[in-house]
Amino acid sequence: MPTPVATMWVRHPRPQVAVIDIGGEVTSHCEQVLMGAYEDASTAGTKGIVLNFDGLDYMNSGGIGMLVTLLVRANRNKQKLAACGLTPHYRQIFELTRLDEAITLHDDETAAVAAL
Amino acid sequence: MNVHDESNWASKVERLEVSDELAHAGFNIAGKRVAGAQQGFGKLWQRRYSIDLGTTVTPEQVVADWKQRFATYWPDGATFHVALTGLQPGTVSPIAIASGAPGLTVSTGILVLYMDDISFTFMCPEGHMFAGWITFGAEEDAIGATVADVKILIRTSDPIYELGWPVMKGKEDAFWSATLVNLAKDHGITDVPVEETTSCVDRKRLWHNWTNVRHNSGLRSAWHTATTPFRSLRT
Repeated sequence: MPTPVATMWVRHPRPQVAVIDIGGEVTSHCEQVLMGAYEDASTAGTKGIVLNFDGLDYMNSGGIGMLVTLLVRANRNKQKLAACGLTPHYRQIFELTRLDEAITLHDDETAAVAAL
Repeated sequence: MNVHDESNWASKVERLEVSDELAHAGFNIAGKRVAGAQQGFGKLWQRRYSIDLGTTVTPEQVVADWKQRFATYWPDGATFHVALTGLQPGTVSPIAIASGAPGLTVSTGILVLYMDDISFTFMCPEGHMFAGWITFGAEEDAIGATVADVKILIRTSDPIYELGWPVMKGKEDAFWSATLVNLAKDHGITDVPVEETTSCVDRKRLWHNWTNVRHNSGLRSAWHTATTPFRSLRT
């Protein structure tokens, strides 16, 4: 079975806020890609990071676990995490796993960036 | 079941419901919420137990058998109750584990959160010893051998369980190693070592979750056992 491919691109729409555009298949196989993107997003003074899931094709339970690891790192650096672009299905997964209690969910990127 | 199928996930539930046939074993989980790693109390641990099953069985075959015979691979002293419908995403299964104290069995359970052809994941309910996820899976390694593993991402649920972590850690090691050995035996493979890795993802304890102790399955199981004669009188 081929290794799932995920893409992560980092933008800084305004000072102290970064957006990670997440595309492809998010599984535990893409931990290095996600953590690399987090490093790029965490430039000096970054206070908040938006995870934009507009390009997400698929996420399995390993992907959810990886987001918990990311959350721990963000908390350690006193950064807030927000998410946007989730389909109704993945929004429900965030709610089921109670990730939404730690990563705030927004309808679009504008709202997510504004909330940080 | 395709790896990209949304039906691999459990549907959203606010509170767990236990089927009528398993209600007697699920008294500690009916009505509880699930608890992810961020709802737990203790340090966050990532653990993996793995076993090399060689090239005679595929990851898909191993995981299919594991789902079907999950309870039979558990070592003595622990019971995994499965409904007649078997394990499916959204299934709530009570479990009972010998506490080590005479006559006391700790009752708790799991929710089947996710399931595909090469893995399945359980999520713990409130009151379970741990808050988080446990994933059972199999993959081909670089030389084409099938490696089965148990991946755990958990915190202890409350301060009492956190105090017991040094003991529980050793019990976990023995439990999952025995499970993997039983899985291997069922596929005709013996004398293969179980490898274990552990890393601490977060050394910080989540003190704001100390009140989880009100759900503690050990305390609630002890109360349930102690009051059993009185419940019998009332019925």
